[in-house]
Amino acid sequence: MSYVPHTANDVQEMLARIGAGSVQELFEAVPQSVRFPALDLPGPLSELETMQELTALAERNVDLAHTPSFLGAGAYHHWAPSVLNHILLRSEFYTAYTPYQPEISQGTLQAIFEYQSMICDLTGMDVSNASHYDGATALAEAVIMALSATRNRNRVVMAASVHPEYRATVRTYTQGMDLAIVGDGVGDDGSPDLPLSELAALVDDRTACLIVQSPDFFGRIGDLRGLADTVHAHKALLIVVVDPISLGLLQPPGALGADIVLGEGQPLGNTLSFGGPWVGFFATRQELVRRMAGRLVGETVDVDGQRGFVLTLSTREQHIRREKATSNICTNQGLNALAAAVYLASLGKSGLRQVAEICYHRAHYAASAINALPGYSVNATTPFFKEFVVHCPRPAAEINAALWREQGIIGGYDLGQAYLGRERDLLLCVTELNDRGQIDRLVAALQEVAS
Amino acid sequence: MTEPIIYELSVPGRQGVTLPAPGVPLAELPDAALLRDDLPLPQVSEVDVVRHYVRLSQLNYGVDSGMYPLGSCTMKYNPKMNEDAARLTGFSQVHPYQPEETVQGSLELMFRLQEALQGISGFGAVSLQPAAGAHGELTGVLMIRAYHHARGDTGRNIVLIPDSAHGTNPATTSMSGLEMVQLKSDERGNVDLDDLRAHLSDRLAGMMLTNPNTLGLFDEHLLEIGALVHGAGGLMYGDGANLNALMGIAKPAALGFDVMHINLHKTFSTPHGGGGPGSGPVGANETLAAFLPGPVVAHDAEHEIYHLTMPAQSIGRVKAFYGHFGVMVRAYAYIRSLGAAGLLQASEIAVLNANYLQSLLKDVLPLTHDRTCMHEFVLRGQVEGAPDVHALDIAKRLIDYGVHPPTNYFPLIVPEALMIEPTETESKRSLDHFAAALTEIVAEARRDPELLHSAPHTAPVRRLDEVRAARQLKLRWRPESQD
Repeated sequence: MSYVPHTANDVQEMLARIGAGSVQELFEAVPQSVRFPALDLPGPLSELETMQELTALAERNVDLAHTPSFLGAGAYHHWAPSVLNHILLRSEFYTAYTPYQPEISQGTLQAIFEYQSMICDLTGMDVSNASHYDGATALAEAVIMALSATRNRNRVVMAASVHPEYRATVRTYTQGMDLAIVGDGVGDDGSPDLPLSELAALVDDRTACLIVQSPDFFGRIGDLRGLADTVHAHKALLIVVVDPISLGLLQPPGALGADIVLGEGQPLGNTLSFGGPWVGFFATRQELVRRMAGRLVGETVDVDGQRGFVLTLSTREQHIRREKATSNICTNQGLNALAAAVYLASLGKSGLRQVAEICYHRAHYAASAINALPGYSVNATTPFFKEFVVHCPRPAAEINAALWREQGIIGGYDLGQAYLGRERDLLLCVTELNDRGQIDRLVAALQEVAS
Repeated sequence: MTEPIIYELSVPGRQGVTLPAPGVPLAELPDAALLRDDLPLPQVSEVDVVRHYVRLSQLNYGVDSGMYPLGSCTMKYNPKMNEDAARLTGFSQVHPYQPEETVQGSLELMFRLQEALQGISGFGAVSLQPAAGAHGELTGVLMIRAYHHARGDTGRNIVLIPDSAHGTNPATTSMSGLEMVQLKSDERGNVDLDDLRAHLSDRLAGMMLTNPNTLGLFDEHLLEIGALVHGAGGLMYGDGANLNALMGIAKPAALGFDVMHINLHKTFSTPHGGGGPGSGPVGANETLAAFLPGPVVAHDAEHEIYHLTMPAQSIGRVKAFYGHFGVMVRAYAYIRSLGAAGLLQASEIAVLNANYLQSLLKDVLPLTHDRTCMHEFVLRGQVEGAPDVHALDIAKRLIDYGVHPPTNYFPLIVPEALMIEPTETESKRSLDHFAAALTEIVAEARRDPELLHSAPHTAPVRRLDEVRAARQLKLRWRPESQD
């Protein structure tokens, strides 16, 4: 394949205009010793052959369109209406760049403005940015923002029930900042994570923020009432990580005094795609808007007084502030944020609530049936949303392997991978894509593989 | 021409989708204190949604609409096959935590892409995890920091950055807990070697360098710069934003870089999506490979299986999961279909196009450096005889001629900069049209400058009040009663 439209004649005419004898001559500034190396790549293919090869690779994967799965753990298999993909394929959207020229980018700008509005409504917050790379990097940016907003603090309290990969990402981002990150250490004996009240007690006057997740990594709905007061008493910020689908049903953290609410927007119409690209949503209070990183779209008018939209508050950003910027981020996840917006618009007020309720009821049906199986138990003393932890009669890794190899079911997330001592705990997720038949099949299969 | 906000189309009680019944006995909902009262999302029909977003799309301009010579952004054509490939069910409906044996297709594609990027860049190892160019920069600078720390050399906290660099470079340095020192450029647009020498010390962590630089020039002392930085114990970070000029022309690893990010959304044709998703894999040589973020994909030839693994001294993960897999599929499809010869041709023609356009325009507007350029060049938007006309006016007037304006006011070292990158997928006819438009606009500037000041005239909206947007912040829609 080649996407170069030039004929040999074009090339000759252009070289003549430039005054060069050959294309190679244009590269004389490149040191001769390293110029024109051979590239060790397989030969070119036609479009037909390329698609055949890619289709064969895709077919080596087991996909969730054909296989029941109860995996969640921060990546969720949800349904999206057909409308969504058709809009994402409008090439005026997907082949555009960051809207530097607002006069010919109103489509992108208004779509982001609407996305920001819907994220605010969903989270109960005042302002949202145009998005971050994913939920994990949104959390890392939230920590940096909290450090900047609270000044001269070097301590972060983070719950162990925050997604393990998010916690790891925070540590990577902040490795040059000399921070103490406490609260998420899990004892070698597998001692359980701290209850929210004990976690809040770790917040002191050196603490920039408390980070909690609800529903947490184990699926439990946290009772966040009163938490913000404790955190604010030390002039620290409360950061809450949420599953956006749960907000169809649950109290938004904004109503509970949270300062930053963020999460992974993948469940809102973005395909799993083996982990990305997705979209980290990020919302905060009005007073903190200038400390927030990331692109922002604001409403204004044109010279005729007509409503229009522009990127705004760019004095926070790297291209203006350089080393003093709030972050080095210079894009958002434009197309993924568009997907989230189209999803939220399509489902709307009642649709999102229905999706959340279907997940809730089916997850509870599954949990109670599994809890009734000999050898398995589900601790449901804390309310949960669409995920729950099953204590298994064998290591979760063995249960998962047997579920897949013997029963053709992709099981759950083995908590032993991230939490020492929890090798028998299996985190299962049920969404609107798992109907009763699939759940009943899972329950029967779990019984089969119990020993 | 404007379109209502989606909330303004909302009618109470309307719903755009129908969902299945739960189909199971209903469970008791949690305590009412944990539930929300209201969810003020729009209530619209499916037709409302489709028409709304189709109309919004029509207010946009993309590469499929026409030439998009946005310097440093490499707005090349996005092949349609790649969109189909990324949407194959076997790629799109796959969970990142599935058992390894059920995702061998994804892992093999990632492994092959790692190998292809290694081949093109000359680096021995690549991590596909970083999400974008700036994210790759953060990754690379953290790796350099980790390398010095691992050797107990903790006093190295200075990063040298030329004054022509993208703003992301200094911002990255600060985020990494290091300090940046800015270097001057010389008269030919290269790094000023004397200024570089003056800043070498045992506090040097490394240098961030974009090559070709943001003036579109290949630094004439590149190998010497690398030798000087290495001689002082520093490492070289390559900002790979401009790799589109180098495929098959030179391998960055052979040019003295130790670590570099690669923008799949620029060089490897994946769409920019209105500002993302990008993908910024990072390549590293032997010195830094162990510090790469992960997991990365390894191949166990004995058992014929691909698996995920963490580099030995990894800085850790820089995001959840493994990177922007959907973008990787598109980039792989591009590389696989072009092969070595096609990639070389892409870079050659990108440079030919830029030099051709430069030759057509250098007598129309002042050129910053009259040298052979690489894939882009910078003009000054200053018209003799029209002192009130600025680069911005020229850019806005180009919209009326049906092309997307170039990058303006960057690089910062050039007053009234217009940074033009045509890419290889623009035909000679398209370049001729652009040059003719710009030539005509310069004539208009002298004849009727108001025509430029009031441009654009044909866009869906006219110039927007950015000061008002920042002063009277309105970042979300609210019902009028609450506005």
